[in-house]
Amino acid sequence: MDTHANPSAADARPVLEGPDIARVLTRIAHEIVERAKGADDVVLLGIPTRGVFLAQRLAAKLEQITDRTVPVGSLDITMYRDDLRMHPPRALARTEIPGDGIDGRLVVLVDDVLFSGRTIRAALDALNDIGRPRAVQLAVLVDRGHRELPIRADYVGKNLPTSLRETVKVQLTEEDGRDTVLLGAKPAGQ
Amino acid sequence: MHRHLISAADLTRDDAVLILDTAEEMARVAARPIKKLPTLRGRTIVNLFFEDSTRTRISFEAAEKRLSADVINFTAKGSSVSKGESLKDTAQTLEAMGVDAVVIRHGASGAPYRLANSGWIDAAVINAGDGTHQHPTQALLDAFTLRRRLTGRDTGLGQDLSGKRVTVVGDVLHSRVARSNVDLLHTLGAEVTLVAPPTLLPIGVESWPCAVSYDLDSTLPKSDAVMMLRVQRERMNAAFFPTEREYARRYGLDGDRMARLPGHAIVMHPGPMVRGMEITAEVADSDRCTAVEQVANGVSIRMAVLYLLLGGNEPAVTHARPSVSHHQPADERSAHTPFTAEEK
Repeated sequence: MDTHANPSAADARPVLEGPDIARVLTRIAHEIVERAKGADDVVLLGIPTRGVFLAQRLAAKLEQITDRTVPVGSLDITMYRDDLRMHPPRALARTEIPGDGIDGRLVVLVDDVLFSGRTIRAALDALNDIGRPRAVQLAVLVDRGHRELPIRADYVGKNLPTSLRETVKVQLTEEDGRDTVLLGAKPAGQ
Repeated sequence: MHRHLISAADLTRDDAVLILDTAEEMARVAARPIKKLPTLRGRTIVNLFFEDSTRTRISFEAAEKRLSADVINFTAKGSSVSKGESLKDTAQTLEAMGVDAVVIRHGASGAPYRLANSGWIDAAVINAGDGTHQHPTQALLDAFTLRRRLTGRDTGLGQDLSGKRVTVVGDVLHSRVARSNVDLLHTLGAEVTLVAPPTLLPIGVESWPCAVSYDLDSTLPKSDAVMMLRVQRERMNAAFFPTEREYARRYGLDGDRMARLPGHAIVMHPGPMVRGMEITAEVADSDRCTAVEQVANGVSIRMAVLYLLLGGNEPAVTHARPSVSHHQPADERSAHTPFTAEEK
């Protein structure tokens, strides 16, 4: 499977644009503060690649709201995937846990798209090996449905009902030069 | 499809950099309280050691266990090999047991190649040192140590060793470490100079991709790293130099010689060190000597190699690719990208 199912410009339709993404993240930041009653013990862990940038943006917004520095890290889940033996091994991305660790903290996992739920399952396994958080929550920019595991997000930027014949592509300024979420048709044969 | 690691010369620059980058992430696992990943769960790896080597064997074993593989240690001493069993029979026994990878150390140059290419066995073969031929994971861990010390842990990611000058000193003739290092360091863009007595240089060394010198003192000021080799007495069947004292005076590294190195330069040794002959205690115990660091890095490198060869349904390290590989279109490189939205 070509993992870069890059919807071609012609048939991809933007469902979130730059300002929408900023608004959505602001709302999620407020929801985190509300549910965590402040953000005292919150640690944000982004899942590479784009989840890390979203986590950094959320941390900046949390700091604006609470006047407190929120630790941000990244959690690469490649080694914990259950489908490793179905593909060639991939280059590993960075795992960086903030200096104080995650023991007893409220860890908010941040990712761009929630789909089958297998990435999040892998992330929960990875967290197990790194420490014991007080609680783990999940924030995603887009929930496109089609879960294969009993996992749901605590904070959702946009619920996007999709068909399996569609692809969702998140582009972020840090990586792709612009902020947008594109919904397109999956190329034939995939 | 190549799915073995037999020689450092088989690796392309991109492969080598991918292994070094992967090892950098593996090194982070070693810093955690739980040093374990589930990646190779259910895979069986045999450490097939026909020659004694505690250091390399436990390094592989630690790497295999940290990746959750099932490990079988097989030493020739006291096994059927001492009763006269051939390599072929041993291989077929392992094949019947459903082994996924064989890490082999053998006194005969070429034994791992034979094992990988004879059709006796389906498993991936990783060379852990064969005769005086190759020791690819040692070269990779040396390159990893060099890149970490000379370029930096994080700034080194994605980088090769272009422009770095490495001097390899000592018993080049008997050293698979020297051969592997010359191949790999050349692939990674470093300039290598071999320094040894003429009697300890192999025939044909002129054709190797490196410079050769008999004079250590004049080479030192131009070196970013000095790699001392062990004098392999057990492989020496003739007198290669008059006395140990003379060898130490001309080719041993002591404090005075170390002072001739540029300030940033490091001293490396693959171990075990013969103190007083190849290297003085003063040098071996100084913070410029990376011998202990190399041992720790060895586990990270072996984890990276095992993951890249065994972690997926086919290896990520594709040996002997055309050298234009880094110009290939992006979609053929998708194996090297993180998971995307389509797999979440």
